[in-house]
Amino acid sequence: MKRAGFDNIWLPVALLLPQLMIIGIFFYWPAGWALQSSFFLQDPFGFGSTFVGADNYTSLMGNDQYKRIAWFTVVFSILVTFFSLAIALLLAVKADKVLRGAKTYRTLLMWVYAIAPPVAGFLGILFFDQSTGPMTKFFQMFGWDFKLGVDYNATATAMIIVSVWKQIPVNFIFFLSGLQSIPRSVREAAMIDNRSATGRFWQVTFPLLAPTAFFLLIINITYALFDTFGIIDALMKGEPGNNPMTLVYKVYLDGFRGNDLGGSSAQSVILMVLVLILTVFQFRLVERRIHYT
Amino acid sequence: MAQVSLEGIRKVYPNGFKAVKSTSFTIQDGEFVVLVGPSGCGKSTLLRMIAGLEDITEGTLKIGDRVVNNVDPADRDIAMVFQNYALYPHMTVRKNIGYGLKNRGTPASEIAAKVEDAAKMLNLTEYLDRKPAQLSGGQRQRVAMGRAVVRDPALFLFDEPLSNLDAKLRNQMRIEIKALQRRLGTTAVYVTHDQVEAMTMADRIIVLNAGQIEQIGTPTEIYHNPASTFVASFMGAPPMNLIEAEVADQQVRINGYDGLMPAPGSYAGPVTMGIRPEDVELDEQGSVTFRVDILEELGAHRLLHGAIADQPFTVMVNKDHDVQTGETRVTLKPDALRLFDAETGKVL
Ligand SMILES: Nc1ncnc2c1ncn2[C@@H]1O[C@H](COP(=O)(O)OP(=O)(O)OP(=O)(O)O)[C@@H](O)[C@H]1O
Ligand SMILES: [Mg+2]
Repeated sequence: MKRAGFDNIWLPVALLLPQLMIIGIFFYWPAGWALQSSFFLQDPFGFGSTFVGADNYTSLMGNDQYKRIAWFTVVFSILVTFFSLAIALLLAVKADKVLRGAKTYRTLLMWVYAIAPPVAGFLGILFFDQSTGPMTKFFQMFGWDFKLGVDYNATATAMIIVSVWKQIPVNFIFFLSGLQSIPRSVREAAMIDNRSATGRFWQVTFPLLAPTAFFLLIINITYALFDTFGIIDALMKGEPGNNPMTLVYKVYLDGFRGNDLGGSSAQSVILMVLVLILTVFQFRLVERRIHYT
Repeated sequence: MAQVSLEGIRKVYPNGFKAVKSTSFTIQDGEFVVLVGPSGCGKSTLLRMIAGLEDITEGTLKIGDRVVNNVDPADRDIAMVFQNYALYPHMTVRKNIGYGLKNRGTPASEIAAKVEDAAKMLNLTEYLDRKPAQLSGGQRQRVAMGRAVVRDPALFLFDEPLSNLDAKLRNQMRIEIKALQRRLGTTAVYVTHDQVEAMTMADRIIVLNAGQIEQIGTPTEIYHNPASTFVASFMGAPPMNLIEAEVADQQVRINGYDGLMPAPGSYAGPVTMGIRPEDVELDEQGSVTFRVDILEELGAHRLLHGAIADQPFTVMVNKDHDVQTGETRVTLKPDALRLFDAETGKVL
């Protein structure tokens, strides 16, 4: 490939500057600031701070509550990712059979995606409302006295269900277009080669869908870790109590409610490292991905 | 190996389009039948109904002695080669070829041996561990062939398998496919719109037009005795000349021309007269005046395009005939004249 060159170094720099500024101001600067303050103990009333070294980190490691939240985050992320992918895939496979164009259906489902997380959370509250919520009634039918915001398991269940519900449409769209881009003749060849529809799905369709599925896996893990904040906040109704929460929510809680900026910063640094690992992992695997065509 | 029979097969697509009108024919065991026709005439639809990829709206389809209308494609004992080869992109050539056997519960050692055999037969041995994306078009085509032959099915179905290859490779594969089918003795249905493929490969040709069979016959029959003006103009390059004429008292008179020729048969009335361009001879003493407008050089032959009495007409002559544009005289071989009904286009 021929590379276009610039005679003057300042022109490309000038062209890149807005982008660099945005990244610098909105990412590197706060990240650097978080990294720095994670080594300090902030005075709760804002009067100066003391350097404490790695204390903020070590105290997190020894903190049972933090470990519990980390554990919940792992379980929460796995469940949300798994169910939102699995249900979306199931729906996409069913839809793919019926529709080829799929325009209206797609648009309809896309609406759910257009709902902001806090709004999804409030819709969740309506569904899980103590006295009128249909989901509450549904669980009560099975003898579970469902108390949103009071009972740990009930709140966790609601958080997972609402988060899954919110994420299904986007997964569905990707899976459906992935399915529809598999050449018809390849599937037909498989119909002649393999009698079992399940076998065909796992041996032919799914491997051809794997690049899409992998991309969605990363997107969904990121979603479960970070973008569910609004849903969690809404379902908790601002009263953490003994409710479940994710690591991101804990960062917010300690930093902005508890005014423990040092501890909160240490937690965000840990999350940043986590994202970094995820990103590296994603790029390594994406690079190794087989490009079928 | 099996005989295939279609009885009153029809296809109406869900949108109401009648793609195949009531069709009946029987393919003998081991026969190579080619379905030809213009684009959209229903060739693929017919083939896909035989494969089981498309529902049969009406009629009975038998493969061997078994009615297979409602049998799963995997259970019809057929193999199909698709136009775009339809290989599994994520599987190696070895897995692609062996996939059908594996799903039929063939032991792994037997699959391995059969795949090796098929690969040897198709010169694919060194590519067995490659993925389809790492193969050329011709090699992919061979893999698709390998996938079909390895299962030793009762029936091969081909849907324009060579149309994505260049001319040279196409000629070579045409001969190889035909030879392979001969050797294995497997019944085959082959769809194409390339009439050279149809003429050279077929034991019998079925000419389809707008969802209907125009003619079934050997290549020679189809070429020399077309059943209709449609077949006459579809088969052969250049196609048969068709000119308006009138028959009276066993004499043909070309419309707008005074000369008379003896007419085959005893029909009287307006006709469409057909004659192949190679059945016309340049002849000083000829009875018909032919105006040559354009000379087309084909190497071994020359095509003279022009008109007889203002009706377009083409003559094919040997390369060593020296011709100029302008008026010349020709003779139409009397036994090569074909007469068609001027209204329906059917042969008289
Ligand atoms: N799923 C469908 N629904 C409605 N009409 C269809 C469908 N599939 C094909 N047709 C129509 O049926 C007719 C026959 O199609 P078919 O694919 O059999 O043509 P073909 O002879 O194979 O043509 P080609 O040489 O271009 O492949 C066409 O007019 C096509 O538009
Ligand atoms: Mg076709």
